[in-house]
Amino acid sequence: MQTIDMATTPLRELNAMLQAQAAKTNQTAWAIENPRGAHAVAVGLDAPIEVTVKGSTGYYCAGMNKQATVHVTGSAGPGVAENMMSGTVIIEGDASQYAGATGHGGLLVIKGNASSRCGISMKGINIVVYGNVGHMSAFMAQSGNLVVLGDAGDALGDSLYEAGLFVRGSVKSLGSDCIEKEMRPEHIAILTDLLARSGADAKPEEFKRYGSARKLYNFHVDHAGAY
Amino acid sequence: MDKTPQTKPRDSWTFSPEINSEIRRAAATGIYDIRGGGAKRRVPHFDDLLFLGASISRYPLEGYREKCDTTVVLGTRFAKKPIELKTPVTIAGMSFGALSGPAKEALGRGATMAGTSTTTGDGGMTDEERGHSEKLVYQYLPSRYGMNPDDLRRADAIEIVVGQGAKPGGGGMLLGQKITQRVANMRNLPVGIDQRSACRHPDWTGPDDLEIKILEIREITGWEKPIYVKIGGARPYYDTALAVKAGADVVVLDGMQGGTAATQDVFIEHVGQPTLACIRPAVKALQDLGMHRKVQLIVSGGIRTGADVAKALALGADAVAIGTAALIALGENDPKWSAEYAALGTTADAYDDWHEGKDPAGITTQDAELMKRLDPVEAARRLRNYLAVLTLECQTIARACGKSHVHNLEPEDLCALTIEAAAMAGVPLAGTDWIPGKSGL
Repeated sequence: MQTIDMATTPLRELNAMLQAQAAKTNQTAWAIENPRGAHAVAVGLDAPIEVTVKGSTGYYCAGMNKQATVHVTGSAGPGVAENMMSGTVIIEGDASQYAGATGHGGLLVIKGNASSRCGISMKGINIVVYGNVGHMSAFMAQSGNLVVLGDAGDALGDSLYEAGLFVRGSVKSLGSDCIEKEMRPEHIAILTDLLARSGADAKPEEFKRYGSARKLYNFHVDHAGAY
Repeated sequence: MDKTPQTKPRDSWTFSPEINSEIRRAAATGIYDIRGGGAKRRVPHFDDLLFLGASISRYPLEGYREKCDTTVVLGTRFAKKPIELKTPVTIAGMSFGALSGPAKEALGRGATMAGTSTTTGDGGMTDEERGHSEKLVYQYLPSRYGMNPDDLRRADAIEIVVGQGAKPGGGGMLLGQKITQRVANMRNLPVGIDQRSACRHPDWTGPDDLEIKILEIREITGWEKPIYVKIGGARPYYDTALAVKAGADVVVLDGMQGGTAATQDVFIEHVGQPTLACIRPAVKALQDLGMHRKVQLIVSGGIRTGADVAKALALGADAVAIGTAALIALGENDPKWSAEYAALGTTADAYDDWHEGKDPAGITTQDAELMKRLDPVEAARRLRNYLAVLTLECQTIARACGKSHVHNLEPEDLCALTIEAAAMAGVPLAGTDWIPGKSGL
């Protein structure tokens, strides 16, 4: 276990060390102490290492992550795991706005609540939120899955493309072109897998599925009011 | 037979035939007019400025004998690896998707031959583009299509796009005709849908957030790459100041004549300021912060000639970017395709329905047959020639003004032909010492 104390180690030095780890490194376990809400912690990683951040982080923790597992024991600021390509990011506490924004792959697990715009413009990432998500979550979400064990705020899935949305609790309102859809066996299979991988205690049958009505995919004057 | 003289039919200025045709089109379709390019209306521009040239108090440099440097270095503020260009003319961001693969290749080849950079667009970076571009600027856009850390690291600079001159406050648009399988795969979208990309970034709002976003990108790329911030011509003084505050190495300022692949005509013609009106406020912001020439300024939007380049530099820019002019150099709107333009209901030079993907020149299309019409090697040669002419013309003017580097051109080398241009450019009306808004009277 390599331990880096951010009270004495500059951010640049920390990220440079983590980014320098090659695919076959034998230094796979890293601990970061005293993050104290620092921004851009453990960004741009590209190796199968496990990084535990002991505390809470500011903006963009684990941004553009590839391969690595980043575990934050506290809460995460805006844009956690933004544009993640692969790997796993786990937040024990809450996550602020834009969690998993534009993520292309990997798994983001938020064990608390996520704020507004969770999964905005997601492009393949899977996100599991144990608690609730705020308004405009999955806005313009393109692909991947957002699983919410709690409730969803206003305008869920507004202007959605092909991402899958699964909510166990209530949905305050659906956004433009987002509708409830039939839960078929293939969706139960996706949910079963994501719940298992994220360690969430929930049954797939308890969820409702939401997706795109695909009415905004090509402009039609009769749908102009939805824009 | 009635011989009473008849009044010649008079078109209304307010309800002109052009306006009426748009009303009829709108009534028939129920959708706004979408087109490519920049503002077509007449606005004060570089044509309204003149250089004074040398005189008894300013002596010229000898053309072809005395050196007039055109080298530009971009990204000297924070980046470990600034970009050095041989000419102050760069190629603006245009996407693969909006443009064909061969057109993007031609831009890369031509820019590389001329010793300058080219820029990706709202569709990610292609291998062809990277391979043919010695210096490639990678745009970081709200859509984040194709965005990934590997391409960030193989870019030579990163341009965070906040806005563009054709549509400050508007997002991207690529209609279904151009969303082919390859374009769809790069953008992670279904084939054939109308793609509207967001107007705001998904994970930051405001200058304080932008500062942190720039920090993140620098951390991911090891503080090597120059970070540009591109703004539309909305509020150039404040936007430039805020970009500097957020940590930009370079500010890219795009006026309303700057082109787009596709946007509502009403947006293009009615939102944003002319390029000429934007430069001095942006330069003043840099000067007020003590950052002029430390944070470089690239100006775009209606650059066509070496005179335009020289005038932009004289007003305080470090470099310019060309988009529409580069496409014309490649072969866009060439009269040799007149018959085909006529079949599309338009003419060469006026064709702007780039979103339809039917471009006879094979440039703004994803149609496999049409794009074969553009030979990227030959087109690159034309672009290289054009860039050389722009550079030579700019040097010619700079020498005539007695400057050994094009960056030594200054507002005092200029006068204006109109009151509007004098006010916008902050230079005297020709034959007077009057700068409207500054020197009284």
